[in-house]
Amino acid sequence: MAPDDTSAKPQCEDALHELYHLLSGEIDDAKRAKITSHLDECAPCAEPYDFYAELRRCLQQRCQDTAPPELLARIEAAIHHEPH
Amino acid sequence: MADQERFADQAMEHMSSLYSAALRMTRNPADAEDLVQETYLKAYRGFGGFTEGTNLKAWLYRILTNTYINSYRAKQRRPDETDLDEVEDLYLYRRLGGLEAARAGRSAEDELMDLFSEAEVKTAVEELPENFRMAVLLADVEGFSYKEIAEILDIPIGTVMSRLHRGRKALEKLLYDFAVSHRLTEPQPDPAT
Repeated sequence: MAPDDTSAKPQCEDALHELYHLLSGEIDDAKRAKITSHLDECAPCAEPYDFYAELRRCLQQRCQDTAPPELLARIEAAIHHEPH
Repeated sequence: MADQERFADQAMEHMSSLYSAALRMTRNPADAEDLVQETYLKAYRGFGGFTEGTNLKAWLYRILTNTYINSYRAKQRRPDETDLDEVEDLYLYRRLGGLEAARAGRSAEDELMDLFSEAEVKTAVEELPENFRMAVLLADVEGFSYKEIAEILDIPIGTVMSRLHRGRKALEKLLYDFAVSHRLTEPQPDPAT
């Protein structure tokens, strides 16, 4: 895919290097601005960003369980029995 | 005194999130329930020491992970350092890249959601080696910052980052194996060559 062809460009290399950090909100504003403006004009870099952003959303949505209602009752009863 | 009410008021809303994480850790609903109950009891007892206005969710996760590590990780699993050297950056993207064109009209999100069932995504996370699993769970599922994870797991931030780096690679590899097993994509030679 495209990132192979473009990785010679330092901006592309930079953007892909920071991919997970940017998606995790772990880079400073200046760097974020630099990378997002690069992504606006570089489709081969924007594509994997979209892909990994979606993967992250997929992971978050797929890993949600609802605690069984009796667990809340159990916890409340246990706390109620704690000395005040 | 109002402590009990105040605690319930603030802490109970995180129960399903803690339960989900507990399931990924213990991989067993009965253990997950016990772990969450124990977490809440410890949190309740320690609530006096919690500084209001600071991050309650992170504090609860710290108790959850400590309790898990100390009490539930009875069977110490092998530190199965899977070989990740051959897993290059953008591993999954490069291997699934051809799908989008083949299934035109779908968004990337629909596509990933179609590709991996809920059970598969959960299994992939649960199969990660433990150190990686905790880091990936806290960062990519729960959305904690690297700094918060360092505090929750009581490890340096550099260790958080290296575990995440390797854990994400391992997760991409596990997901790719599911994709291949569906025959939705054919195994491909290393695209880097």
